[in-house]
Amino acid sequence: MRSLSGIGGRLYRGETSIDFIGKRRRWYAFSGVIIAMSAIVLGTQGLNLGIEFKGGSEFSISKPGVTVEQGRAAIEKAGVPGESVVQIVGNDRLRIQTGALESFNTVKESLAQTFGVNVNDIDTQIIGPSWGAEITKKALYGLIGFIIVVMIFLAMIFEPKMAFAAIVATVHDVVVTVGIYALVGFDVTPATVIGFLTILGYSLYDTVVVFDKVRENTKSITSTSKVTYSAAANLAVNQTLVRSFNTSVIALLPVGSILFVGSGLLGAGTLKDLSLALFIGLATGTYSSIFIATPLLAQLREREPAMRALAKRVAQHAPGAVTAEAKGATSVAANAVSAEGKNSWARGPRNQPKRKRR
Amino acid sequence: MSAFNNSQNPSASSKSAKTSGKPVKSIAILGIALIAFGAVAFVQGATKVKLGLDLRGGTSVTLTPRASEGTKITPESISQAVEIIRQRVNSIGVAESEVAAQGSGTNRQIVISVPGETGEEIVQLVGQTAELRFRQVLVEAAPNATSVTGDTQTATLPNGVTPELSAKFSALDCTNQINLKGGSTESPDVAVVSCDRGGTGKYILAPAQVLGNMISEASAAIDQTGASGWFVSLDFNGEGATKFGALTQSVTGLAAPQNQVAIVLDGLVVSAPRINEAITGGSAQITGSFSQQEASNLANVLKYGALPLAFDQGEVLQVSPTLGSDQLRAGLLAGLLGFALVFLYSFIYYKLLGIVTVLSLLVAAAITYLSFLLLGEWLGFTLTLAGIAGAIVAVGITADSFIVYFERLRDEVREGRSIRSAAETGWVKARHTILVADMVSLIAAALLYFFAVGGVRGFAFTLGLTTLIDLLVIFTFTKPLVSLVSRMNFFASGHKWSGFSQKSLGMKIKTDVTENSKG
Repeated sequence: MRSLSGIGGRLYRGETSIDFIGKRRRWYAFSGVIIAMSAIVLGTQGLNLGIEFKGGSEFSISKPGVTVEQGRAAIEKAGVPGESVVQIVGNDRLRIQTGALESFNTVKESLAQTFGVNVNDIDTQIIGPSWGAEITKKALYGLIGFIIVVMIFLAMIFEPKMAFAAIVATVHDVVVTVGIYALVGFDVTPATVIGFLTILGYSLYDTVVVFDKVRENTKSITSTSKVTYSAAANLAVNQTLVRSFNTSVIALLPVGSILFVGSGLLGAGTLKDLSLALFIGLATGTYSSIFIATPLLAQLREREPAMRALAKRVAQHAPGAVTAEAKGATSVAANAVSAEGKNSWARGPRNQPKRKRR
Repeated sequence: MSAFNNSQNPSASSKSAKTSGKPVKSIAILGIALIAFGAVAFVQGATKVKLGLDLRGGTSVTLTPRASEGTKITPESISQAVEIIRQRVNSIGVAESEVAAQGSGTNRQIVISVPGETGEEIVQLVGQTAELRFRQVLVEAAPNATSVTGDTQTATLPNGVTPELSAKFSALDCTNQINLKGGSTESPDVAVVSCDRGGTGKYILAPAQVLGNMISEASAAIDQTGASGWFVSLDFNGEGATKFGALTQSVTGLAAPQNQVAIVLDGLVVSAPRINEAITGGSAQITGSFSQQEASNLANVLKYGALPLAFDQGEVLQVSPTLGSDQLRAGLLAGLLGFALVFLYSFIYYKLLGIVTVLSLLVAAAITYLSFLLLGEWLGFTLTLAGIAGAIVAVGITADSFIVYFERLRDEVREGRSIRSAAETGWVKARHTILVADMVSLIAAALLYFFAVGGVRGFAFTLGLTTLIDLLVIFTFTKPLVSLVSRMNFFASGHKWSGFSQKSLGMKIKTDVTENSKG
C-alpha cells in the first residue's frame, strides 16, 4: 500500500508516466477484439435467458438432503410436460424451472406431497409469456433515455466532446459486459439487466473523475506552448490513476461481498445476478475510463485547429524534450497532424479556448 | 475511536470562533437534525423498517393490461381496475395488502402484494375480469337481515323471488368482509342476491337487462342551478338505449324498492337509484346527494366498469417466510461484510485519515436507516432484497466520494500546501467532481426507477436515496470533520500514521509543514 502511495506521488508530478494516450491504438484494438468476440458469440449462441424472459414456472423447495434425482422423479410424477431444469442452489434448496404450465396448482400440490412439505412453503414464480418482452422493452427505453439525458448533462457541465467520449466508453462497457455474459453463459435475469443499467451510472463515475482533472489541466492550455492537449490529458489520467484504482477497489468491495454471500449462501437469485453484472461492469468501467474515454477525447480534441496549432508550437519549442510525457505527446501530435487532411470538418466554433463553466 | 473524539473537541473549542465555528456548527446541526428525526420516528412508532414480501414471505402478482378490440387502456381505466382489485383483495382481510399501479401512461402494470401465506387464493381472486350490469331491484334490506320480508314470515314473496333465492338472501351476511370481495361469475340471465359494495345493504336483483358494454359515455357534472348538486350523466349506445328504455318503462310506477335499478359492478351493488320516469332517449342522469368525488367515482365505474380490462398475469411470485428470512439474513450479512472490507481498506490505505471515512459511513448508515424508518411510515416504503443490494452498492459510491476528496487533498499537499489549507483548496476542486459524479448516479437511479417494474424499483430508489445521503454527509459531515482534523497537530505534522506522511504521499522534498499549519 505504501508503495502504491509512493507511486501516486510520482504519477502526480509526472515523474512516472504511463503513455495511455499515445498507445491508444493498442487499447482500441484490444477492446475491438473483445467486442468482435462478444458479437460473434451473441450472434451464434445468444444469451442464457432466465425464465423471466421466456415465460414459465419456477418452484423451489427447501428440504435437507434433497437431491436432483428426487426432483426429476417428482416432476415426472406430477406430469410436467416438456423440458425442465432441476438444480440444487445454496443449502438444501431444490429449484425446478419448467415451461408454461396449464395446471400450475396441481403440479405444486403434487410436489408438496412428494416432498412432504406444506404447499405454502414451496416458493413459486409464474412468468407470463409476454412478460419478458415487456421488461426487455423497458430496459431498452431506460438505456436510450439514460444515454440521451447524460449526454446532455455532461455536454452542459463539461463539453460536447467529453460527453461523446464518456458515452462511447459507457456503451463499450455494456457491450463488453453483455459479451462476457454470452461467452461464459451466465444466466440473464431481470436483476442482471438492472445490473447492466446500473453499470451505466457507475462507469461514468470513473470517467467523470478523470475528465474533471483533464478539464482542469487543459483549461488555459492554448495560451502556452508547453504541452499538447494529449500530453496534458495523459498527465491527468496518470494523476488520477491512484484515485481511479482506489474508487474502483472500494466500489468493488461491497459488490464483491454481495456476490460472495449471494452465490455462497443463497445460491442464486437477485443478489447474485445483480452483483455479478455489477462486478464485471465495474471492472470494465475502470478500464474504459482510462483506456478508451480519455484517448478518444484527446483524439477528438487534437483534430481541432487550435489544438493542432498548439501541437505544432510545442514540437517547435521543445524539440529536444525527452521526458516521458513529452515523448508520448509528440508521437500523438504527429498522428494528429497526419490525420489532418481527412478531418477538415472539424473546423468551426470549437476553434476557441473552451468555454468555462462553474 | 473514542480517544479521537475526545481530542477533537478541545482542539476545536480552543481555537478562535472565527475559524473553527463553521465546521463544528455544521456537524452539530447535523447531529441535532439526526436526533430530532430519530425522535420523530420514535414518537410515530416507526421503530422497524418495513420489509418487502421477498424478505418476510408473501405473494405478489403483477398484472399487465391486455388491449383487445373495443378496449382502450387509459390511466382512468387502470385506476378503475385498481379499485376493483383492491376491493377484492381487502375482502380477504390480510393487513398491509397493497394494490398499486406502476409505470407510466398506458404502459402500466398493476402490482398486488399480500404478505403471509395466502398465495393461491390471491392469484385466483385477481385474475377475474369485472363486469358491469344493470338489474332491477326486487328486494332491499339491511345488510344482516334474516328474511326477505323483514317482520312477517307468512307474507307472500315479492314477484320474481323464488323460495330458493329467499333462503340464499336470508343466509347472506353483508356485514361480513368475505362477502364483499366481488368477482361473482353469475350469469346475467338469472336473478341473484348481492351485497352493497360498502356492506351497508343487501339485495335480491332481477336478471340483467342492460350490460356495461352498452354504455357509450359517462361523466360527472354539477347542476348549474344548484338544485340537485353533483350528478352523473350517462349515454347508451343503440342497443343500450332500447333496453334501458324498456327496463325503466317497466319499473316506474312500481312500489319501492322495485322501482330501483341497481348498478352492479363485479357482483356488488355500487348504487341503486330510483327511476322516476321511463328513460327512452338513450341518455340518463343519476342524481342523489353526491359529493364531487362520489359522482366522478360512479361515472368512472360506469365508464370503465363497462369495459372490463383483460389482464395477463405478468409475474406471480410467492415467497415462503423461510426463504424470506434467509434472504434477509444474506442481505444483512453481505452488508456487514461490505462495510467491514471498506473500513479495512480505508485504514490500510489512508491510515488514521481512514477514521474520517469510517465515521462518515457510519453517519451515512444512520441517516439511511432513519430514512427507511420514516419513509416506511410516511410513504409506505418497503425494503426489498433489491433495495438492500442498492444500499450496499451505495456504500461503495459513498466511499468513492471520500476518496475523490482525500486524493485531491493529498495532491494539494504534494503541491506544497499545508494540510490545513489543502483541506479547503482541495475541497473546492473535489466538490465539483463529486457533484457531477453524483448527479450522474442520480440520473441513472431516476431513470431506473421510472422504467423499471417491481423489485427493481426498490433498487433504484435506495440507490438514488443513498446518493442524496452521500451528498448530505460529505457536505455537512466529512468536509467539516476534515477541516477539524487538519488543525490537529497529529495530522498537520504529517505523522507517519496520519495518512499525510511525506513517505505515504511519495514526496521527496521535505517542506516544513508543521510550521505552516501553526500559523
